[in-house]
Amino acid sequence: MEAHTPVIGGDRPALERSPLARLPDRLLKWGLFGVSAAVLILIVYFFIRLIGQSTLAFNRFGLFGFAFHNRWIPSRLIFGAAAMLFGTAVTSAIALIIGVPIAVATALYLTQLCPRRLRGPLTILVDLLAAVPSVVYGLWGVFVLIPKLKPAEQWFANTFSFIPWVGGHVAGPSVFIAGLILAIMILPIVSAISREVISTVPAEHKEAALALGATRWEMIKIAVLPYSRPGITGGAMLGLGRALGETIAVVLVIGDDPAIPHSIFGQGYSLAAVIANEFGEGSNIPLYRSALLACGLVLFVLTLFVNGFARGYVLRGERKMFDGARHRLGGVDEPEIEPAMGA
Amino acid sequence: MTELPRISAGRRRKDRIMRGLLAAATGVALVPLVLVIYYLIYKGAGQWSGQFFTSDPNGNFLGYPGGIRSAILGTIEIVALATLISVPLGIAVALYLVEYGKKSLFANVVRYFVDVMTGVPSIVFGLFIYIVLVVAHVGGNFTAWKGSVAISLLMLPIVARSAEVVLNLVPGSLREAALALGAPRWRVVTRVVLPTAASGLVTGSLLAIARGAGETAPLLFTLGTANGLTFNLSQQMNTLPTQIFSDITSPRNAIVARAWGAALTLVVLVLILNLIARAAQRRSRLA
Amino acid sequence: MIRPDTQSKEPTVVSPPDSTQQGSTAREEAPDVSALGAPKPQGDGHNVVLEGLSAYYGKMHVIKDVNLTFPAGEVTAIIGPSGSGKSTVIRCINRMHEEIPGAHAAGAVKLDDLDVYDPQVDITSVRRLIGMVFQKPNPFPTMSIFDNVAAGMRLTGIRGENVRERVHKALRAVGLWGEVKNRLDQPGIGLSGGQQQRLCIARTIAVEPEVILMDEPCSALDPIATLKVEELIDELKARYTIVIVTHNMQQAARVADTTVFMLDGEVIEHAPTTELFTTPKDERTERYVTGKFG
Repeated sequence: MEAHTPVIGGDRPALERSPLARLPDRLLKWGLFGVSAAVLILIVYFFIRLIGQSTLAFNRFGLFGFAFHNRWIPSRLIFGAAAMLFGTAVTSAIALIIGVPIAVATALYLTQLCPRRLRGPLTILVDLLAAVPSVVYGLWGVFVLIPKLKPAEQWFANTFSFIPWVGGHVAGPSVFIAGLILAIMILPIVSAISREVISTVPAEHKEAALALGATRWEMIKIAVLPYSRPGITGGAMLGLGRALGETIAVVLVIGDDPAIPHSIFGQGYSLAAVIANEFGEGSNIPLYRSALLACGLVLFVLTLFVNGFARGYVLRGERKMFDGARHRLGGVDEPEIEPAMGA
Repeated sequence: MTELPRISAGRRRKDRIMRGLLAAATGVALVPLVLVIYYLIYKGAGQWSGQFFTSDPNGNFLGYPGGIRSAILGTIEIVALATLISVPLGIAVALYLVEYGKKSLFANVVRYFVDVMTGVPSIVFGLFIYIVLVVAHVGGNFTAWKGSVAISLLMLPIVARSAEVVLNLVPGSLREAALALGAPRWRVVTRVVLPTAASGLVTGSLLAIARGAGETAPLLFTLGTANGLTFNLSQQMNTLPTQIFSDITSPRNAIVARAWGAALTLVVLVLILNLIARAAQRRSRLA
Repeated sequence: MIRPDTQSKEPTVVSPPDSTQQGSTAREEAPDVSALGAPKPQGDGHNVVLEGLSAYYGKMHVIKDVNLTFPAGEVTAIIGPSGSGKSTVIRCINRMHEEIPGAHAAGAVKLDDLDVYDPQVDITSVRRLIGMVFQKPNPFPTMSIFDNVAAGMRLTGIRGENVRERVHKALRAVGLWGEVKNRLDQPGIGLSGGQQQRLCIARTIAVEPEVILMDEPCSALDPIATLKVEELIDELKARYTIVIVTHNMQQAARVADTTVFMLDGEVIEHAPTTELFTTPKDERTERYVTGKFG
């Protein structure tokens, strides 16, 4: 028997929509698709242009020459960015060393130990650290942090001068201060991610620890922290990515000296800071401009790696923990059978 | 009398110490916030006056250095334009990912790149605009609208990511109900999904705006500098962050003092945006 | 901002039923409780007595003035429909109930003559003496089989050879030793559901408690695994006071010496198991055990 489609008003089957009526749908779909594709293309295009603009400097000094020679003399058009790389690396390291433990500690406190009534307000306050613009942190760093910490820093440098990289005259603006401010700036991110990760620890693991007679801290140590480790590490890496790229606060407090300092209390430079500081002068001189853009490229690639790795590590780390176990069962994936219910 | 096994004093002490440490760390984390706010008020509030808000920086070497009127208005103009660009585009990308792309390869690639964009240092966005627009002398040299574009690049991934989260929270059952009633896809999106997600989208956008308003680096080599007030986006323009940045390094105390007043203004602005965003979040009909 | 993917957090470890488990030896391993050493002399065990126990979630009064005795060396089952408060009752015994924010309890829970709710008493000590096995097997996911069993012991500072010995004994007692002795360093969650639950039981008895509380320990297991656990309970009861909450009446009939029927937070009837099931005194008990509701 032939299929019979109902017909209404003319010869069009009733269930068909006119092409005109379908137009908004297609417009919407392809419009949105276009926007998304445009974003993709934009990023790729930028990457290509940035590389293009940097080639002048790389050709002149060589890739390794540019990155690892510690000679930055604009007046003679000599550009080796080792000091900037060093500064970027060291300030970020200091930021991580100081910032991550405190951030994780606040995350643990706020999720596990804090009295419920305090939790909301304290969390908002910690998050508010992220709302302060970096230029304000810079202002505060220059006029409050640097002068106030100088005596303490000098004391520390004198007392512990036997440790390498410590000791000598404390100038004021320094790699250490930059690292400290970066620590403050990455704290809210790392804390927020850690809080989110920690709050997904299933209650049953915490209960198992408590039921064995663990104290609160012991419960955190054996049930919460091991479970959260991949996520927290990912959060720390994202904090690192942020620290690597932070510009304004750093350029104001690091001293802007294209040299590798003898101590962490000495002045230095960073990739982002040199761009911010010298772009005004350098933009008109092709080689200078290319060198600065090359710094930008190095910075961009660094942050891409760190962020990409963070994402991959966090996701992989979690899955590895639970999947590895399943593979040992020889891949049998039948669901659990419900026991027969009573009478 | 039944004796309970004694828990060793060492364990109890360690528990108490660690709990104390964790609480102390939280306190330590908040010290910078308190100090920043304190000094902002201490050094900045004194600057606030009628003249402060109604006069422009005048670049004089002596005497009153001028207020921050052009900076405030400049920030508002630039951020407004950046919002006009980034919010619709960001929501559009999120809409595509949630309603159409879902788990497709293309959607995953877009998602990944949006993620990548959130991690890009803000100065790199400035460099981008510099390379693409300024060097090429597209429509002038340094202009305010180019600064806006740089800021909008920074805001775009923030808007897109938060919008995606919010749109995903709209229950699938709502969409299905609308589709089952015979509504075409685009109507479902515009009449059901977007209104439901509205306050969440507003929250995300406000947070992005608060972020954009405070950024300095993308503006450094895109919009130039200016002292005077202008409403012309194709000229150089003053903004709060750039004004503060340049004032910090001034040898004149009066100008540094102005920087504190401007910083306090900027922080108040950003805080208000954050608070409105949180209020909008609480009124959301979704999670 | 970039966030780690915390969406799919719950490790939905689907384990094959024990009947298809490759690892089990041809000769079925029976629990060897004698590995725990000589049993205590009769009368040396601890009775658990609930006196006027009430429990609250905030203002909600969920357990109403319960008086019960759980004798040493016996298995007592608590049955009842969902919401009757059976889980809450046993969570009050080892004071896990108060871990939920806003939850508190009143009354006394006595281990012989010691009230665990006495303010002088340290909660962590209580929990060492009163162990708990949960409904869903919950070995620590980041720990190996060995470390799981050792976890409780290590908290009390036991180290080295002592730990190895007690892990061995505990695993033998639950009948897992043969199955896992060559893979003690592999993750605890790599075992099948039934094995995981027995691992959790081993973890519990490794700290040498006096009382074992079990909150529907078999409801997530397949029938074969269930039988193995029940067999184990039967072996263990001589050395511990065991209280088991179950919604499976046949299970209660199989393992319990005494059964308690609860409804809406109150004890309705409390009798030797066969008596409760064949000649219940209360009409509500009769309706429940004959399946008219629940």
